[in-house]
Amino acid sequence: MKASIIVFPGSNCDRDIAVSIKKLTDIEPIMVWHKETSIPDSDLIVIPGGFTFGDYLRCGSIAANSPIMNDVIKKATDGLPTLGICNGFQILTESGLLPGTLIKNDCLSFLCKTVSIKVENNETNFSKKYKQNEVINIPIAHNEGNFFANEDTLKKIKDSNQITFKYCNQNGEVNNETNPNGSIENIAGITNEQGNVLGMMPHPERATCEITKLTDGENLFKSISEFLL
Amino acid sequence: MIKITKEIVEEHGINSEEYDFILKSLRREPTITELGIFSAMWSEHCSYKSSKYWLSQLPTKNEFVIQGPGENAGVIDIGDGYAAVFKMESHNHPSFIEPYQGAATGVGGILRDVFTMGARPVALLNSIRFGETSHEKTKHLLTGVVSGIGGYGNCMGIPTVGGEVEFNSSYNDNILVNAMCVGIAKKNKIFYSKASGIGNSVVYVGSKTGRDGIHGATMASAEFDENSEEKRPTVQVGDPFSEKLLLEACMELMKMDVIVAIQDMGAAGLTSSAVEMAGKGNLGIELDLDKVPCREEKMSAYEIMLSESQERMLMILEPDKENIAKEIFEKWELDFSVIGKLTDTNRLIINHQKETKADIILDILEKGAPSYKRPYEINIFDDEDIKEDILINESPISILKKMISSPNLCSRKWVWEQYDHMVMTDTVLLPGGDSAIIRVHGTNKGLSVTSDSTPRYCASDPYEGGKQAVAEAWRNLISVGSLPIAITDCMNFGNPEKKEIMGQFAGVIKGMIEACNTLNFPVVSGNVSLYNETNGKGINPTPVIGGVGVVENLDIFSDQNLKRKDDFILIIGKTTGHLTQSIYANELLNYKNGLPPKVNLEEELKNGLALKELINKRFIDTSHDISDGGLLIALTEMSMKNLIGFNINIEKDNLNSYLFGEDQARYAVAVEKHKIEDVRLLLNKKNVFFEEIGQTCKNKIIINNKKINILELKEIYESWFNNYLSKAS
Repeated sequence: MKASIIVFPGSNCDRDIAVSIKKLTDIEPIMVWHKETSIPDSDLIVIPGGFTFGDYLRCGSIAANSPIMNDVIKKATDGLPTLGICNGFQILTESGLLPGTLIKNDCLSFLCKTVSIKVENNETNFSKKYKQNEVINIPIAHNEGNFFANEDTLKKIKDSNQITFKYCNQNGEVNNETNPNGSIENIAGITNEQGNVLGMMPHPERATCEITKLTDGENLFKSISEFLL
Repeated sequence: MIKITKEIVEEHGINSEEYDFILKSLRREPTITELGIFSAMWSEHCSYKSSKYWLSQLPTKNEFVIQGPGENAGVIDIGDGYAAVFKMESHNHPSFIEPYQGAATGVGGILRDVFTMGARPVALLNSIRFGETSHEKTKHLLTGVVSGIGGYGNCMGIPTVGGEVEFNSSYNDNILVNAMCVGIAKKNKIFYSKASGIGNSVVYVGSKTGRDGIHGATMASAEFDENSEEKRPTVQVGDPFSEKLLLEACMELMKMDVIVAIQDMGAAGLTSSAVEMAGKGNLGIELDLDKVPCREEKMSAYEIMLSESQERMLMILEPDKENIAKEIFEKWELDFSVIGKLTDTNRLIINHQKETKADIILDILEKGAPSYKRPYEINIFDDEDIKEDILINESPISILKKMISSPNLCSRKWVWEQYDHMVMTDTVLLPGGDSAIIRVHGTNKGLSVTSDSTPRYCASDPYEGGKQAVAEAWRNLISVGSLPIAITDCMNFGNPEKKEIMGQFAGVIKGMIEACNTLNFPVVSGNVSLYNETNGKGINPTPVIGGVGVVENLDIFSDQNLKRKDDFILIIGKTTGHLTQSIYANELLNYKNGLPPKVNLEEELKNGLALKELINKRFIDTSHDISDGGLLIALTEMSMKNLIGFNINIEKDNLNSYLFGEDQARYAVAVEKHKIEDVRLLLNKKNVFFEEIGQTCKNKIIINNKKINILELKEIYESWFNNYLSKAS
């Protein structure tokens, strides 16, 4: 099995995610340069975090127009599992694969810390190994992670059970106090309607190592692996 | 042709003696381009003319040092075929004028110094100092500098894992922004700046050249006055995105055997890189400025040579390998241009628009650079003690509450949460402790890193202060259980032409020499920033020490967080209750006289190595260096993370001196019950002084039966920055 990790100028979590995939699954990560026009034969597409094109214009907007994205959109629409983390989530909303948008954190500054998130839907191919409503600890690191969607879009997202993760505290309480960046309804990660595309701001690849005392991201990779087998 | 007048020479910061030397050496009047080149190369920033004499006395070698000072960064052997490459540099003046860009480009510059040597940067640290919190500019400068540092490092994807923040009125009009970078390279794949091979190509890569930063090096070597704001155009503008591309392109090229020599264009831009590279190789260099990629029109030779536009590198390549490099840089959409060649003439020749704009013998620029042994006078404060009547009879808990909610002792979380400190997923020990630990990727080995200085000690007694800065960095590496290897230094001082300032510099260096020697902790790289004055008033002397150590096995290290109840609390090292120059005396009692605590280096060595052995033998997993604020502050910091506190009983007449004094060579440690005998045995065997002062407990801090809840302390400890910044000025 293969995972295509898309590398744009300014991607900086590409190595990190490759390391986690290699460590936790039997999937072989391959790096795909943004100027390619087709994704090599793959079972998974990953759009890693970073500052593609320096976040100039708008986070993810330039990357969303890179040559490779035509094929990413085509394959994701056809149902290929696709995961976007942090800047990858921003690229997925900019390219229209996911609804909503990510705006500046309400604290108006970059924020890097480990937060608790709640598994709102453990039936996706990315979250099967978690328990429903399980609280997990995963780091965030972003300036524009404040998820926003208008009323209609939000209703659709909720109606089709697209919310995968919500920011909370250790006890699983979801409220303003446990919302690090102002995201609407504390949304930390969503899927598309079909459920094969997941975008999330927290970095599961930063929680896959005993020595850093953060391991709650492991089950996300194991979920993908189990589904693909 | 511009006529070179006396005023023009002065504006370039060249004194009459220096100018006479130029006239004599050239046997003619310099062109304006040549004058600009002399001005930049002979600026304090590039030539170290006031500091060279002293810096050359620092110890620079031990069994781990691969490359000491003189290169883009220092290199040490960390075993298993790897080397750590690191350096610290100041960006003080630009950051005061334009905090965001000044700090950002400070980070950009130090990153280039490290990756130009073939090392992938793996950690950033910084040491930032601002004026007093009530000063009108402090909020603006603090927020600007912190977001500038974050803006650059975050975008590059290099974790910022440590540093220090201080507020003191001596920095009111002259803040300090020092940035440090640590990289890791294969030991046999280090790249140097010494040019070689007559006829080889001089290649320009990276971003285009603009008019930004012209004369930055000269500006950084002058005092500030009320007109400094006018110098804004000399502050460079950073583009971390271009630097990320430059990093990846260089890393890709460095995998092949193509580069003969490489150096970044930092201070004094193309001038210093061309002169230094050719100079080190004892060669000549000829440049055609028409080939330099420019982003502005009609730039003169003078402007191109002195521009400090960011994200640029100069490389020496063999002509038949140019295409390999060109292809890589084009892939990353960066400029690549062959702008000249190496010659055997020992001359720097600059051609532009069919004219020779400069023709200087390199030896004149390099070896002819001025070096001064400036007059100095080492002054130390009078040895006065705090009088009884100033010592207020306040309870320890009440003092503790005031201290941990004060700007210089409160939590720095607000700062480091704005820095991505986890990218690359190798940050084993996060910011907020004595040292951060970074895993050497793909191994079970780690690097410990820290940056430290205690300027108020240096102001009172430069010699003791110099010793203390090095000793504290060493202690911070010891207290996580690592082996301290070497340091980089960033020397921030006032105007060296004043003998008392030169005396501070000399005194600090003498202290550092002694500490480096005793602790086997040499200096491998560094930077000097002088003229940190505004309207004639100098800053506190601030030698910032960046230390790097090795954790052999990441299964065994220590951190500062108390972990269990009923552990024994030990204080390693002797507490006499030295109060003068402590934070308690200076900031709470407002008593600023007297001498700092003496640093007994033999004691440091003995206590530190004993603690390291205790950690390495797994007898201790919780330890913290006792420094600013003293013993009670150290213990309180240890309680915050896991809400495990302590119950201590101290029977001393001078309780507050004992709790808040800043005696050196001390550590606070927690020991599990079943290991206490082993710990006592080892410490006694090594003849290390220690006291057992109590036990750990849940949720509370208890001092002589007076209690306080940790949550209450944590609340005020963590809220200072937010409260300060949310208040309207």
